Amino acid sequence: MEETEEERKANGKERMAYLVSHPDEVKVVSKRFGLGAANLDRYLELDGYKALQKALGMTPDAIINEVKASNLRGRGGAGFPTGLKWSFVPKESAKPKYVLCNGDESEPGTCKDRLIFEHDPHSIIEGVMIAALAVGARTGYIYLRGEYRYLIRIMEKAVADAYARSFIGKNIFSSGVDLDVHVHSGAGAYEVGEESALMESLEGKRGVPRIRPPFPAVVGLWGGPTVINNAESLASVPHIILGGGEWFASLGTPRNGGTRLFCMSGELERPGVYELPMGYNLKKMIYDVAGGMVKGKQLKGVVPGGSSVQILTPDEIDVAMDFDAVLKAGSMLGSGGVIVLDDQMCIVKFALRVTKFYQHESCGWCIPCREGTDWMKKTLTRFHSGGGVAKDIDNLKYLAENMLGRTFCPLGDAAAMPIISYIQKYRKEFEDHLDGRPCPYERTAEPVLV
Amino acid sequence: MKFSDQLEERFATMVTHYPTKRSVLVPMLLYIQDEIGALTDEAIHEIAQRTELTELEVRNVISYYSMLRTRRVGRYSVQLCTNVSCLLRGADDLFEHCKKKLGIGNKETTPDGLFYLEEVECIGACSWAPALMLNYDFHENLTAEKIDELIEGIKKKEQQ
Repeated sequence: MEETEEERKANGKERMAYLVSHPDEVKVVSKRFGLGAANLDRYLELDGYKALQKALGMTPDAIINEVKASNLRGRGGAGFPTGLKWSFVPKESAKPKYVLCNGDESEPGTCKDRLIFEHDPHSIIEGVMIAALAVGARTGYIYLRGEYRYLIRIMEKAVADAYARSFIGKNIFSSGVDLDVHVHSGAGAYEVGEESALMESLEGKRGVPRIRPPFPAVVGLWGGPTVINNAESLASVPHIILGGGEWFASLGTPRNGGTRLFCMSGELERPGVYELPMGYNLKKMIYDVAGGMVKGKQLKGVVPGGSSVQILTPDEIDVAMDFDAVLKAGSMLGSGGVIVLDDQMCIVKFALRVTKFYQHESCGWCIPCREGTDWMKKTLTRFHSGGGVAKDIDNLKYLAENMLGRTFCPLGDAAAMPIISYIQKYRKEFEDHLDGRPCPYERTAEPVLV
Repeated sequence: MKFSDQLEERFATMVTHYPTKRSVLVPMLLYIQDEIGALTDEAIHEIAQRTELTELEVRNVISYYSMLRTRRVGRYSVQLCTNVSCLLRGADDLFEHCKKKLGIGNKETTPDGLFYLEEVECIGACSWAPALMLNYDFHENLTAEKIDELIEGIKKKEQQ
């Protein structure tokens, strides 16, 4: 079997996901990073499990109202108000209710939940339990993607430690409340990050999404009402309970409360995960916080919220990074994965790689996504290698536009919207590949078909 | 078919966590694969019995998840991410380098059974790109030299 954490350290297998910092950071969800908070005693020293104890003395409605007041919006990508989602769970239910933490983090450009699992796993447990109290659930599941094996180990140990101390299980904190929390591993699939596909996966099936309505809050796991939240959203909850919803809301912008983890990637001087207030300026984020482009490279474009969102040109990056402002600017805040493109990246190759991803990860259930992503991949492959014709460009855009809103889940939209934006904003790059010309950016390799 | 004591214990505990036996399927398939190398016909038959599913249904599930496989691969699985954040930092060149260094192509195993190479989707190391997974270990901030060091280190270790 595998090595223990101690064996790993002894063999020199240190984590390489190093932490960074910047003075503009406002550390809420990341305040315990690097402080050994995976250790339960350390977590307790750092105000751990105080929020849960406070929540045990609150009514479910009071908990929900606090989270509503915080203006916390889903940190997985959709940005749905968390308090509102919780309020959809019916008070009475014939079937048991559940809380499900979405730790499937697979959106390209996103590497933040990973840090919470590693550095502050108990905060996620605490968030899950507070959510359970708020909606009347007695079981919570923490689903992590299968590739995050070392984090699953950390999470399992944290859960075991909390059970041993009677923070989870029967009669927690002598409250008379019983709560169970279990860790669950995936086995490699982006689509299971979609909340209904996540439930299917947890139930032991292929991760094919469900028809909505009914929504998970009403009909979820094994038919019972289920609250599904991203790991970062849940990790924010204890801080909201302790500091108050109003405080959390005040850190951000109206209707966009709090701070969030932003994952800066690309040819930047200081890539890394930074916690900044909602509404922080994107241009400042790139040039001040992440140190700007590495020497010799210029900014060409930014994908502000993971590969599923539209690209912004260098003229469009002077935007406040909150859900509403970025939407107005023609993209989406999404998962917080800020992907910065430099001038040596071919947009067509970028488009091809993004499309290959969605084609690969499409669950295959519905025709517009399954066939649409496949056609786009084949067309872009031919196009990038010099076999493109002029009408391909408009055909790609036309197909993508007609996929929008016609697929069974948002993966189809995620595949289509970015392509439309690349063609709209970088059309010349596509045209430069026509007439059998080689890619102007090609260094050595052709993209390999996955 | 019996698994190791450790895995049997894990299975016995896991089934108590869910209202249906079926729910242990995905994680158990992965843990069984880690233990015996691949999801053999025998293993599929066994897990189908334990979860009260048909073998066909188990195979349906296996075919969906990218980490699950029915055939053995090299003992050291080198899975390099070539998705966008890693691509921006030269992952495509690194993948070519891996192919040359190991002498195999995508999804192939070296003749000595030591290494398996695969181009994979985002593994969640974007801010520390380029990155790969060696079995379950993350290796980030990669260069061609670091990859060579990694591979040579394994070869040396295996020779002993």
